[in-house]
Amino acid sequence: MISLAGRDILHSWARFAFTGIGLGLLIGVTLSMAGVYRGMVDDAKALLDNSGADLWVVQKDTLGPYAEPSSLRDDSYRALLGLPGVADAANITYLSMQVRQGGVEKGADVRTMVVGISPGQPGEPGYLIAGRQITRGHYEAVADVKTGFALGEAIRIRRHDYTVVGLTRRMVSSGGDPMLFVSLKDGQDVQFLKDNEAILNERQRTAANSALNRPGVPGLLDAIQASQTSNHNVNAVLVRIAQGHEPEAVAREIRRWKHLQAYTRAQMEEILVSKLILTSAKQIGMFLVILSIVSAAIVAFIIYTMTLGKIREIAVLKLIGTRNRSIAGMILQQALGLGLIGFSVGKIAATLWVPIFPKYVLLTPEDTLRGFVAVMLICALASTLAIRAALRVDPATAIGG
Amino acid sequence: MNMADDGIRIEGLRKRYGSGDTAVDALKDVNMRVAPGEVVGLVGPSGSGKSTLLKCLGAVIEPSAGRMTLGGETIYDGAWKTRDLRALRRDRIGFVFQAPYLIPFLDVTDNVALLPMLAGRPNAESRKRAVELLEALDVAHRARAQPSQLSGGEQQRVSIARALANQPPVILADEPTAPLDSERALGVMRILNQMANQYRTAIIVVTHDEKIIPTFKRIYHIRDGRTYEEAGEGRALP
Repeated sequence: MISLAGRDILHSWARFAFTGIGLGLLIGVTLSMAGVYRGMVDDAKALLDNSGADLWVVQKDTLGPYAEPSSLRDDSYRALLGLPGVADAANITYLSMQVRQGGVEKGADVRTMVVGISPGQPGEPGYLIAGRQITRGHYEAVADVKTGFALGEAIRIRRHDYTVVGLTRRMVSSGGDPMLFVSLKDGQDVQFLKDNEAILNERQRTAANSALNRPGVPGLLDAIQASQTSNHNVNAVLVRIAQGHEPEAVAREIRRWKHLQAYTRAQMEEILVSKLILTSAKQIGMFLVILSIVSAAIVAFIIYTMTLGKIREIAVLKLIGTRNRSIAGMILQQALGLGLIGFSVGKIAATLWVPIFPKYVLLTPEDTLRGFVAVMLICALASTLAIRAALRVDPATAIGG
Repeated sequence: MNMADDGIRIEGLRKRYGSGDTAVDALKDVNMRVAPGEVVGLVGPSGSGKSTLLKCLGAVIEPSAGRMTLGGETIYDGAWKTRDLRALRRDRIGFVFQAPYLIPFLDVTDNVALLPMLAGRPNAESRKRAVELLEALDVAHRARAQPSQLSGGEQQRVSIARALANQPPVILADEPTAPLDSERALGVMRILNQMANQYRTAIIVVTHDEKIIPTFKRIYHIRDGRTYEEAGEGRALP
């Protein structure tokens, strides 16, 4: 038997092609939206993977360091090292901020997450694609390539210039901002150091306080002022667990004895995926629903219009003995054909335009398969309106007046 | 099968639309007889019931009373004699329309071959049959053309080939020459007569066309839902 749908598509290929391209671009946007969500999840997982930690120890009663602010003393890690099951513990700071490219006079601001790390400890970038790790105590940085910084380039973070000594890849914050690694001390300064005016004011205010500036206690004022200008806080301590120990058991000990919050990898992933990006995921979900409805409406309208344009032919086909199911099959196949063309165009378009997105967009084979099934289902559903119209055609309309 | 019952036989056919005070009797008493190989004309003014009769004969609307026999098989006798009217139309009735109504997305061969295919015959056999008919109708040279590439006369010949594709005992032609000039109209009538003779098909031609009315040997006039038989001129076709 001849494929009526196939012949009709070949006969009106230009109309199908252009309609398919239009629909395909819409499907491409839908696939990209799904890819944006997957990219966010993958960024969150990459953040956890790249930190090299088994436990995240943060301020008590917070969801830090990524989902909420967290602050704890930088000597906490010493106490953690003494706990059974802790192999390594390292302080770390995180701060999302604008970093100026090329020094103070020129260059554009780049949104980055500045990470203060201890060299050789958890939190340090696991691999470099160029240059070296940080070796000096100050003013060196390792940047993710997405920052656009070049090796040897000078960058300005707050009031200091840094030199990019290494480049890494796929080191991003949960929000997709590329990371910029500096030494822990620099990281603390970036986050907590006050500006010079504020320090001067604070010193004068302290010196004017007779309770703190006692003539009989030399050195007291200097000690107080030194403590006001230096900062000994970090955002989290990353912990590596010794072999043979359960992360949850160690985390339980930390919560019990150290009055700190400790999260395992699974718990931190839950915080990032289920809490931090939940609203964004819902937002994207709404877009997907709307785009699906729009796609369905477009397919339904096109197939319905095309069917109405063939009413006389359908009446003749019915009159000469074509089964209703053959006519319904023809319309359904055309809708599916349109969906197939649209999906192919959409997949190609999404693959081509995804790399130029500023944030990471991940197109997974599973989403592609789900998208394909969804497009086919939507097209099948959308064709029902046209099938209904075709089945109502009276073969008698082909005869006489 | 009794040969006397071949062709088309209609006895006391009636069709009423609606009921009660608003009922309209489109066909009141239709009696016709068309022998195999015969081409008869059905002539009548607008609203006389021609289209209703054609639709009853074409098994697309159900008569209200009477009896219809096509190719020796009674298809209606107060009720349809078969549940599968679609198969009845496909296998036993050929249709030729005022406009050819060829399927625009099928080429000429497949327009003709579609009917045997719908009847379940293999594609190759159906296409072979289509080519034979196209040769008989002198349009085989356009076998691969699309309908839109054919002239009006060629399209009508292809639609006649389609009507003959399943070798039906009956062909119903609804004003097949209306859009054609005299020469082409007479050419179509010649073909219909040839095909009727060659395939022993009974053909009813519904027409208003003064050009072709003189070519019929027998004519049925239909007025107010009733048929009247009349001998035609039977003028020779070119």
